[in-house]
Amino acid sequence: MTEQLDAGAYNFAYLDEQTKRMIRRAILKAIAVPGYQVPFASREMPMPYGWGTGGVQVTAACLVPEDRLKVIDQGADDTTNAVSIRRFFQRTAGVATTEATAEATVIQTRHRIPETPLKAGQILVYQVPIPEPLRFLEPRETETRKMHALEEYGLMHVKLYEDIARHGQIATSYAYPVRVEGRYVMDPSPIPKFDNPKLGNNPAIQLFGAGREQRIYALPPWSRVESLDFDDHPFRPSKAPHRCDLCGAGHSYLDEVITDDAGGRMFVCSDTDFCAGRRARGHRGRLAAEASAPPPHPSPTRGEGGAPSDGLAQGGAALASPPPRGEGLGAGGAGPEGTA
Amino acid sequence: MTLMERMAMTDQPLLRVEGLTKRYGQRIGCAEVSFDLYPGEVLGIVGESGSGKSTLLSCLAGHQRADLGRIVYDGRDVLAMPETERRRLSRTDWAYVHQNPRDGLRMGVSAGGNVGERLMAVGARHYGEIRGKAADWLARVEIAADRIDDRPSAFSGGMQQRLQIARNLVTGPRLVFMDEPTGGLDVSVQARLLDLLRGLVRDLGLSVIIVTHDLAVVRLLAHRLMVMKSGRVVEQGLTDQVLDDPQHAYTQLLVSSVLQV
Ligand SMILES: Nc1ncnc2c1ncn2[C@@H]1O[C@H](COP(=O)(O)OP(=O)(O)O)[C@@H](O)[C@H]1O
Ligand SMILES: [Mg+2]
Ligand SMILES: [Zn+2]
Repeated sequence: MTEQLDAGAYNFAYLDEQTKRMIRRAILKAIAVPGYQVPFASREMPMPYGWGTGGVQVTAACLVPEDRLKVIDQGADDTTNAVSIRRFFQRTAGVATTEATAEATVIQTRHRIPETPLKAGQILVYQVPIPEPLRFLEPRETETRKMHALEEYGLMHVKLYEDIARHGQIATSYAYPVRVEGRYVMDPSPIPKFDNPKLGNNPAIQLFGAGREQRIYALPPWSRVESLDFDDHPFRPSKAPHRCDLCGAGHSYLDEVITDDAGGRMFVCSDTDFCAGRRARGHRGRLAAEASAPPPHPSPTRGEGGAPSDGLAQGGAALASPPPRGEGLGAGGAGPEGTA
Repeated sequence: MTLMERMAMTDQPLLRVEGLTKRYGQRIGCAEVSFDLYPGEVLGIVGESGSGKSTLLSCLAGHQRADLGRIVYDGRDVLAMPETERRRLSRTDWAYVHQNPRDGLRMGVSAGGNVGERLMAVGARHYGEIRGKAADWLARVEIAADRIDDRPSAFSGGMQQRLQIARNLVTGPRLVFMDEPTGGLDVSVQARLLDLLRGLVRDLGLSVIIVTHDLAVVRLLAHRLMVMKSGRVVEQGLTDQVLDDPQHAYTQLLVSSVLQV
C-alpha cells in the first residue's frame, strides 16, 4: 500500500476532484449553518473507520499544496494514529508537515484542542465517532432530526439531570454537549470538557467529520458556543489538580503516566508540542531534573485527564465517561499500512 | 361543582372536533367523528376492539394525521398550525397516557428524570427546582420518595403507570388523552389507579378523553360517553344515561354483556 499511495499514483490528497467538490459543498453548508450536521457521501478510505476517515476526508478536501499540516491524537503528534495520517497526506498530497501548532495551517485532531491559541486562517479538523448528541437517549434518526429542526433539546438536560442525580454533579467529562449560536446542540467530539471553552470565540475555522455516520458540521470563526448546564450546577471545565511534571504548566490538560511498577506516576501535558515548547523556553516541572534533558515525552497509558479537580475524586473519575473508543486507536491495533 | 355548573361557567368548548376521518388504505380507522369537550369534562370512548378508539385518539393528539375534518383546540385550528406549535402544545397543554407504560416512559432514565423531562423541555434549568417538583409529583402518585433515582424497569406495572401519569401532569396540562390506562393491570391495581386518576382529574380540573373497553372505568370517571362501532360514533350522551338507557342496539349489547360479567 505504501507504494500505491506514492504521490502521482493518486490525485492530490487521494480523493478525486469531484469527491472533494462534494465534500467542500458540505463544508460550506456546515459553515453557513453553525452546528448543523450536514450529510455527505462518505468515501471508502484506505484505512478503517476507526481511524478517523471523516476527519481525513475533510482534511483532504481542505488541503492545498501550500498547506502545512499537523496531526495530533490525544494531543500528541507521535502516536501511531497521528503518524499514519500525517504520512498518508505527505505521500498523497506532498504537503509540508509540522508539529508546531503556531506554524500549521491545517490541524487534524482526535480528542484535543491544542493549548496554543489558534489564529485566523487556521483550520482545525476533528475526527468524530458519533456526531449525534441526542443519540444516547433517542436512537431513532427520524426523531433526532425532528428534534433538531424544532429545537426540542429538553432531552440533553435529562442526560445532565441523570448525571447529577447519580453522581452528585455533572459527571460527563468528554464529548460534553454545547449549544451553538443559541441554535443547534452539537457534540464537540470526545474532547475533554476542559477544552470546551476553546470552541467558542475561536478565530480559526473548526470542522468536524464523521466518516461512518457520514456527517460534517462546523464552527465558523468567532462562534458563540455554550456548554449546557443548570443554573445551580454551572458548567466547569476541569483537569487534574496538578502542574505538568515536565514543564510546570498549571493550566494545560494533563495525562497521568505510570512511570514504574511501584505505583510511581507523573502528570504531563497531553499537548506534546505545547510542553516541548515550554521546556525549550526554560520552564521546568517537578520531575524535569530527574528525566535527563531533554526528556522524551512519555506515552500516557491512555488519554485520561487524571483525577478531575472538581471533587469527582472518590470514585468519580471511574464514573466519568471515558473517551469513546470507536474512533482512533481503539479500533484495531494495526496501523493503516497493516490493514490495507 | 357539578358538570352542569362547570359547563354553565364557560360556553366555549376546550376542544371541538368536526367530521374527523382517518382511513388506512381502504379500511376505515374512524369516520365522521364530531364532538365538543368542555373544560373540566371527562369524555369516555368505548367500543369493542377494532372499533377505531385508538385511531381517533391518536389523530386527536396529533400522533397521526387525519384525512378529513377539523380539530379546534382553545379556538385554534390544530390541523392548520405548524408542527412546531403543535408539538409545543403536546408538551405543555396536552398530555398522553399510553396503555403500555413502556411507550410513554423512558425506561433508561430514572423516575425523577422521567418526571422532570417535560419541565426541562419547556426551559426549566434549575436542577434543585426540577428535582423538587419531581419529588412532589411522585408523592402525588403514591411513589415512595426513595424511588426517585430508580429506573422504571425496577417498578411494578401499576407503579410504572402512575409514574407515566406523573410525568404527564407535571407541566399542568389542560387536556389529557388516555388510551386504556388500566388495561393490562391486575384488578386490585386497576382500582387503586382509577381512584388516583379520579382524584387528580377532580383536583386539577382536567379535561380528559379516555379510551377503554371497560365500562366500569367510564362509569367511574367519565361525565359523558361516546360509543364507537366500525369507526363510527353510534351513540353519545351523559354516561349514566347511555349506560342505564342505551338507545342503539349495539350499545345495548355492550351494556348487557358487561352486566353479565
Ligand atoms: N396502523 C394501522 N394500519 C392499518 N390498519 C389499522 C392500523 N391501526 C388500526 N387499523 C385498523 O383500523 C381499525 C380501528 O383500529 P383501532 O383504532 O386500533 O381500534 P381500537 O383501538 O378501538 O381497538 C381496525 O380495523 C384496525 O385493524
Ligand atoms: Mg386500541
Ligand atoms: Zn508540560
